[in-house]
Amino acid sequence: MIAIIDYGVGNLFSLKSSLAEIGAEAVVTSDKKVIAECDRIILPGVGAFEDAARKLRESGMAEVVKKEAAAGKPLLGICLGMQLMFDKGYEYGEHEGLGLIHGNVRPIADVIPEGYKIPHIGWNLLNFTKKSPLFKYIKEGDYVYFVHSYYAADCDESVIATTEYGADLTAAAANGNVYGCQFHPEKSGKVGMKILKAFVEL
Amino acid sequence: MITKRIIPCLDVRDGRVVKGVNFENIGDVASPVDMAKKYTEAGADELVFYDITASAEGRKLFTEILTETASNVFIPLTVGGGISSIADFDRVLKCGADKVSVNSGAIRNPGIITEAAKLYGDQCVVLSCDIKRVGGEFRVFSRGGRDDTGMEAIEWIKRCVGMGAGEVVVNSIDTDGVKTGFDIELLDLVCKAVSVPVIASGGAGSIDHFIELFRRIPTIDAGLAASIFHFDEVSISDLKDAMAAEGIPVRRIK
Repeated sequence: MIAIIDYGVGNLFSLKSSLAEIGAEAVVTSDKKVIAECDRIILPGVGAFEDAARKLRESGMAEVVKKEAAAGKPLLGICLGMQLMFDKGYEYGEHEGLGLIHGNVRPIADVIPEGYKIPHIGWNLLNFTKKSPLFKYIKEGDYVYFVHSYYAADCDESVIATTEYGADLTAAAANGNVYGCQFHPEKSGKVGMKILKAFVEL
Repeated sequence: MITKRIIPCLDVRDGRVVKGVNFENIGDVASPVDMAKKYTEAGADELVFYDITASAEGRKLFTEILTETASNVFIPLTVGGGISSIADFDRVLKCGADKVSVNSGAIRNPGIITEAAKLYGDQCVVLSCDIKRVGGEFRVFSRGGRDDTGMEAIEWIKRCVGMGAGEVVVNSIDTDGVKTGFDIELLDLVCKAVSVPVIASGGAGSIDHFIELFRRIPTIDAGLAASIFHFDEVSISDLKDAMAAEGIPVRRIK
């Protein structure tokens, strides 16, 4: 069973449906006991870093996620959920993340040239920087769907894929059993399904 | 490199997809869920669903169709039609929509853009506008292209983007349904005026019209069309092959 963490942000319907499509059982939950009992955790999210980080901390779910990750349970962060796994987020100030992957979340405006639209919305391709079990069913150059204005920086050692948008932006990162995708696998058609399938098989 | 998006649009009334010419003579086409699946298989980058029903019964059918589509199709879904409150946003987002487009609802109450952007993020709020030339200027029309609001289009779009609209769908009433090509003049003006993604709508009749659009306006992000896809006049995979051959970045399904 996969726990999809519900902390009141984002569209969880598609994520749950896409997991059902690949035959994976998932439960949308904010119950710490349920999260601890599941064998995998997905941290989704759309919205602002500060608000989401606070909700996770105040509900006690941040502690559970950190504990389960430390115990070796596979964890996947998606979009904002991925950004929350880093040390700090610099979105309207400086905010603490979960610290599961070293690095900081910074505005893409810091690194992309003028003339590029923000947010980075649409289908862009993956360049692999490291071999990862998350990519066992897909290949370099496959397209995935992005919607974001911030990206994971200062994390070279954990980047497993980048995407080019005027600069090379972190598309996916991993630290042991902790994985993060900046893009939305649940909105990335067949390629996204294959990434979720690989996660379910970890 | 980010790709140019091709977006089929499905106008849904009483649970069926329909497409009219110049917003009139609406004719029945097919099941929205089947069409959504077919387009996704063919390589559509996103789908737009417009609810053009007025009745509560029709709205309920629409919500059911949306839920069924979102359970089967895993590409971004934008929903519009009759969105005039946060409750409307909430209703369609819960059924699996990723973005919500506002048109007449924003004309009646522009504050809904800011309110929705704060709650769901800018990326969730799409401004859709129907625009027509009136006396030498571009005017915003409301109620599915029926009423002239008297507002100048470019100013209106800039204002909405300033309030939090994360994308803009520009539908030219002058070119809609007549299949003589996109409204390049209007779209170019919009692209120069705002820095958020712009989606061209109205006028596509052939593959060449899409090529012309992306060639003449390199900053445009997406092309939207309905009838040419619905009636198999243009296949999405042929269109993408042709775009790739012209050097326009596209995502192709192998």
